[in-house]
Formats: sequence, structure tokens, C-alpha cells
Amino acid sequence: MEKSIRFTLNGKKTTVAIDPGQTLLWVLRNHFGLTGTKFGCGNGFCGACTVLINDEAVRSCQVPFGDVEGKNVLTIEGLANNGNLHPLQQAFVDNDALQCGFCTPGMIMTALALIKKNPAPTRPQIIEAMDDNLCRCGAHIRIIKAIENASVMMKGGNEK
Amino acid sequence: MKSQADTKGLKRRDFFRILGGGIIVFFSPWDAFDIMAMPAEQARTLPKDFNAFVHIAEDGTVTCYTGKIEMGQGIITSLPPMMADELNVPLEKVKLVMGDTALCPYDQGTWGSLTTRSFGPSMRAALAEARGVLMTLASERLNVPVEQLTAEDGVIYVTNYRSKKVTYGELTKGKRIERFLEVKPPVEDYTKFTYVGKLYKRTDSVPKVKGEVKYTGDLKVPGMLFARILRPPSHGATLKSVDTSAAEKIEGVRVVRGEGLIAVVSENKDKVDEAIVKINAEYTFNEMPVNDKTIFEWILKAETSASTSNVAGDIEEGRKKSESVFESEYHDVYLAHAPIETHTALAQFEGDKLTVWASTQTPFGLQDGLANELKIPRDNIRVIAPFVGGGFGGKSVFQQGIEAAKIARITGKPVMVVWTREEEFFYDAFHPAGVVKVNSGMDRYGRIIFWDYHVWMAGTRGAETIYDVPNRKTTSYSRGRNAPPVHPFATGPWRAPNNNTNTFARECQIDIMAAKAGIDPLEFRLKNLKDQKMIDCLKAVAEKFGYTPGKLPSGRGIGMACGIDAGTWQATMAEIKVDRTTGKITVVRLACAQDMGLCVNPQGALIQMEGCLTMGLGYALAEELLFDGGNIKTRGFDTYDIPRFSWVPKIDCVILDRKDKPPQGGGEPPIIAVGAAIANALFDATGVRLYRVPLTPARVLEALKQV
Repeated sequence: MEKSIRFTLNGKKTTVAIDPGQTLLWVLRNHFGLTGTKFGCGNGFCGACTVLINDEAVRSCQVPFGDVEGKNVLTIEGLANNGNLHPLQQAFVDNDALQCGFCTPGMIMTALALIKKNPAPTRPQIIEAMDDNLCRCGAHIRIIKAIENASVMMKGGNEK
Repeated sequence: MKSQADTKGLKRRDFFRILGGGIIVFFSPWDAFDIMAMPAEQARTLPKDFNAFVHIAEDGTVTCYTGKIEMGQGIITSLPPMMADELNVPLEKVKLVMGDTALCPYDQGTWGSLTTRSFGPSMRAALAEARGVLMTLASERLNVPVEQLTAEDGVIYVTNYRSKKVTYGELTKGKRIERFLEVKPPVEDYTKFTYVGKLYKRTDSVPKVKGEVKYTGDLKVPGMLFARILRPPSHGATLKSVDTSAAEKIEGVRVVRGEGLIAVVSENKDKVDEAIVKINAEYTFNEMPVNDKTIFEWILKAETSASTSNVAGDIEEGRKKSESVFESEYHDVYLAHAPIETHTALAQFEGDKLTVWASTQTPFGLQDGLANELKIPRDNIRVIAPFVGGGFGGKSVFQQGIEAAKIARITGKPVMVVWTREEEFFYDAFHPAGVVKVNSGMDRYGRIIFWDYHVWMAGTRGAETIYDVPNRKTTSYSRGRNAPPVHPFATGPWRAPNNNTNTFARECQIDIMAAKAGIDPLEFRLKNLKDQKMIDCLKAVAEKFGYTPGKLPSGRGIGMACGIDAGTWQATMAEIKVDRTTGKITVVRLACAQDMGLCVNPQGALIQMEGCLTMGLGYALAEELLFDGGNIKTRGFDTYDIPRFSWVPKIDCVILDRKDKPPQGGGEPPIIAVGAAIANALFDATGVRLYRVPLTPARVLEALKQV
């Protein structure tokens, strides 16, 4: 059942022997200890488990691990650079754009995919891109503000 | 510091007798578990000994202990300024230990917006006493009367000779303080606050944005197994037969039975998810003959007991004197808490000691629950609530912690239980459905003459009218003693429990009367209010909103509502747009003004207001648990819709400046009026009145057709 899978995880070339049918979410959390990626619903409806695969926002609870072969996987743990927060992370902090924080990694990863595609998103574009990421605490207006601020800070999205 | 040796082994009462009630202090080695060594009769109330709340290290670090938990509401940020001010220490020296039954003083649970208004005063009183003891110690050390000393930033100075001083850390040397102040010192006056009242951003946001914060599900201990538990298809189903052979064939999976559970366990989370669906089970069904459509009739027919409150005048007299009389019936539905983190627990036995980490609002309640359910001594159980990923009342119940502990005992291994989203939508203790009937009347001038309010199954919170009505009565009907259950599944507190239901009914009724009177709804409210706090809130929100008067329905789509919750007064205004072809309501903006007494952290309070208003959009517009008997049909975010980015309007909030008043609750109040404000705005926009939430497009469209 186990298969050797090669992929890039948070910038590091990685090889792992694992059952390729396992879910990316649980492999990240349990095998690699990357628990910043959260389980929220297991059905792809909430977005708490969002990671980037080749710069696309993907619901890791819906991805068989075998699918990442040869690809670039970026999780929330891969964002900070030498201990410095990524501009998106910094903007979330500056705007208090979180409460319980459980949806936050998925929010940031979804926003990152947006900014990578569209370095200067308008407010309606932000809302559209984020609309399927759920937050129950009601931090929405601050999250939108944070993404707007981050896109300005990133000056065209050249970082990461 | 008198004769430490002599006093050892004596009971606290004996100190007073022997030494005449003066101040005695002796030190014993600091041990975090010491604070749990309380007399049995005190064990489940907030302790009196301030050592249970605070420890001062030799380097001056002040560690405060609270059984409260952080679930996003932000007390991790707002408690330390209160503590720093009370003890006169620098804010950065205050550390907080939360939600650990082994380290923290007993706490009944984190709910009811009680942390600041109820735990706060207890904590402040304890710290005030600690400060008083430290002053006395300093007086002895420096040989100067207490009156000539000043405490600042953790240092006690001789007021007129500041080079003569001693630090808190030098006085305590990190040891436990045995205190006795016969006269408890008053808490610090608000005018002397250095930290309270300033704006603080969240102190936990950096680890949260980095994904470093550990929630219960992020913990891992050696040998840990994941468990999934066999669940019935509906509430009221009983297991008849079960075949686990297919599940047992899966490599690395074990089926366990016992303690009322059938579960699959594995070190591999995917394997338990795969195995659980391979269990074939048959059930017999004995469900309540009720569904989401018939529930209101069912509630009205239920065997109930009534209690009355806020009775004045005579309802019948009032009815006779009224120019116009109004009779309305309002309905509210079952709601899910739906935190993004599902109920999660990790249980580990070490010998006969049990540790349970759980996403819970009530670590001490879980500790009691474990003691009862597993029949093990409470002293052998430690419950720790790490960061909690949202609660809203739903994590006041802790079934998952019991389940993890039972399976850990059966398997002899540490066990992690992470509820699926379906389990979360099944075993949630839902916001109860309720019915309200309001009979009211007014005179020709638009003054309310009588108010006869009846509420079924939605409790008394927010049920009493806030208006000045001469003839009034509130009657609350709850399940009768020994009567059969009314709800087909568990119900429980949901953010501002039941106040949403009551405020919806009351404030819709007020607008119905204002419309009939031909009086602007703000003017109508002000005319019928004597409560100055509410009048101030209404005026403040009107100013922030830029409200201009208009008779209902004005066509503008503006609505308002107000109410009191958790000791806080608040008024809300909404502006909406209605799509007449689809029935869809879009909320354009919300404004809210709040009197919460002294605001400890205006930034945190503001965020809570925004959160309440945003969450309130859900029950106002979409959230509704659909069910048939015990079968819950909305078990995912595809069928149970919670607020999304595209729903969120412009939000403006005002916190009234009330520094001289005690701080009140901040986590719930603004959610209570969102439903009524939007329903009233719908009437203002269209002339259509809906007597229930949620105001779904289908319901709005149907009502529009009938106009």
C-alpha cells in the first residue's frame, strides 16, 4: 500500500513513504506535525484546511496524498520568513482580524492564493474569493480589511 | 512574618484566635497544587484564598490563574490590564494561566458574558487583598507605616523617600503567601487605572496567524489512537444489532466495545474514518412525532408549568382602556452553534490519574462529569482546556471528553476524539425553538397601556418588557416537572440564550404598534421608555446611523430594535435592500450603541460587538435546523448556512463612556436585536411583516405575494 511520494513541502524537497490514499490534511497534521492546517468539516465546505498546491488554494481534506507527487505544497507554517511574519499574517495581526483563530490559517492561505493571482484585488474580488471560507466568530470585516492592507504592503504580490 | 514554625498545622480559624485577627504571613514552598488543597466544603465555589488567583515570582512576574477559557472572546487580552491595575504592576509582568483544573481556582464555566462582570470583581478583590498584604509586609520590612507607602509598578516606595523601597518579588520570594487581612481593602478606583480603558489588540494573534497555537486536536502524545464512535441515525433510535466484521478486517484498526460505546480506533485518522462506515447496524426507532414545521404547535400543546414575573397593574383594565389592541404570535427555530472547531478531546490515563484536554467552555464541569461517568475520584482527574476554536455556548456540554476517557480506559492508550461536522450538527445542544404570544394595547396618543407577554420554551432572559407600561405581565412556560420531553434532541445556551427570541418578539410588536399609531418607531420607543440607559443607547445609535424620522413603512428599509443582555444595554439599527423577484434580503449596514458600564478594553469590546452583529445575520436571515422526528436533516455547512463574507454589511459601533459604572457583559448583547431590526426593516421596505426568523428568501417572497 505504501508508496514513495516526492513533493516540495514549504519550500523543502521531501520524500515520504506513505499510503497515497490517505488524506493530505491528516498526513500534514499527523505525519508532518503541521497542525496549523485545521479540520473543520471534512467535506470541503468550510475552508479551515486550505493549503496551496502549486499556488492554488485547495481544500486539503479533499485531496488524496498521492495527488501532491511532484507538486509544491505550502501550509501556514511555511509563510513566516526567518521568524518574520508574512505581510498577510502581519495584516491579520494589525487589524485584529481573528477571534478564536481556528479558521485563520485557512483564511490566510485562501487570501494568499488570491493575491498571487491578483496582486491588487478590489473589495468585491476579495469577498468573492473568500466567500466559501467560513468564520463563526464574525471577524469578516476585519479579514477583508487585512487582505486589502496586505495587498498594498506586498506592493504587487512579489513576496512568496 | 511571625513565628512560621508555631503556626504550622493550625487551621486558619485558629490563627485568628491565637493572634487576635492581626495580619499574619508565613511562607511555604510554592507548589501549584497547593492551591487545590482547599477544604471540601469550599471545593466547588470560587476560593477565598487569593493565592488561588495569583502568584508573584521573585523576579516580579505576576501569574494570574483563572478557570475561564479563551475561545475567541478575548479575555486573554482583557483580563491582564484589570489585574495589572489592581496589583499596581506593569502589564508586561502579568501572565495568565487559564482553564486548567489542577492550577486554576474553580470556575463554573465560561459563558453568560460573566468573565469581566462576575469573575472580574472576584479576581480584583483577591488582588486588592494581595496588594494590601504586600503593603503590610513592606511596612514591616521598611519599618514605615503603611500610610507612608506607595505601590507603583510592582515596587513599594516610602512616599517621601523613594530610594527606600522594596519590590513585590523581594517580599514574596516567589513563595505562597498566607494572608489574613481582617478588613478587606477596597478595589482600586477607576480614576487610578493605568491600563484599564485603553485599547489592546489581541495578545494571541501572532501565534494564531502562524498556525502555532495548539487547540485540543493539535495535541499528540505517544501511542495516541484516534477514535470514531458508532452513532445512531437519529435521536430516538436504539441499536438492535451490529456487525463489525468488515471494520475489523481493516489493517491497523481495532473495534472496541464497552461503557455504552462501540468505536473503532487506530493510530491513523483516515483508517478510523474508513472503518466506521463499514459497521453495519440496525436500529429500532421511537422518535417524537414532530418536525421543523409542526414544532410550534407541538410546543403550545406540551405539558408545561408557568411562572410569571414583572407583574404590574391589571391586564384586563389595560385592555379596556386601550384604543387599539394587538395580538401576535412569534416563532423562533432550533439553531446550531456551529463553531469551526468541532468538539474535540484527548484523554490519557497514567496509572489511576486521568488527564483530559478538551475543547470545552467548562473544564471543571467536565471534571465533575468524568468523575460521575467513569466513577473515579475527582482528585485523580485533571482537565485542561487549551485554546478553544469557538464555543458560543455549545461547548458548555462535554460529551466528547467523556467518550475519549472511556475509550482510553478500554484501550489502555491515549485517545483522541474529534467529532465530525455531522456529529457536531447531531449532538450539539441546540438553541431551542420557541413561541411567543404578545397581547398589547395603546391609547390614542401611542402610549402603551398594557403588555401581556407569554413565552414558551424560550426562558425568561430578555422576556420582561423594557418599556414603561402600567399594566404588564410576563408569563414563561417551560417543560412541566415530570412532563415528557418537549424537544426531540438536546438544547442549551446559544449566544445570549433565548434573548434573541424574546427581543425579536418584543421589538417586532413595538414596530407593529408604532406603524398603527403612525409614529416614527424611534419616537414611539422614546415615548414609551423611562429607562435612561436605553434612551441614551437609542439616541446614540440614531446619531451614529444618521437616522432621520419616518413613518412605517417608509419604503427606506430601515429598522431598529433594542434590548438588555448580560447587564449591558444596547440598541441596533439596520438598513436593508429587498430583491422583490427573489425575496432575498441584503443588509446594507448595521449600527449599534452599547452601554456596558466601564469598558475594560474598547478594542476587544468593539470586536465582540462586530462579531455579535455578524453572527446575528445568521439567525436573522438563514439559520434553521431542519428535522423530522429525531432525524436532523441539516448536518453540514451545505445545508445549514452560516454568515459569509458576502453577507456582511458596513458596521458602525458606539460604546458609551461609562467609566464610573461597573463593567458588564460584552460577548453577547448586540446579537439580540439583529433579528428584530432586520424584520422591522423588511416591514419598512415592503410593508410585509414576518412573525418568525429566519427571514429566508422563500418566506419573504411568499409574504410579498400576499400583499
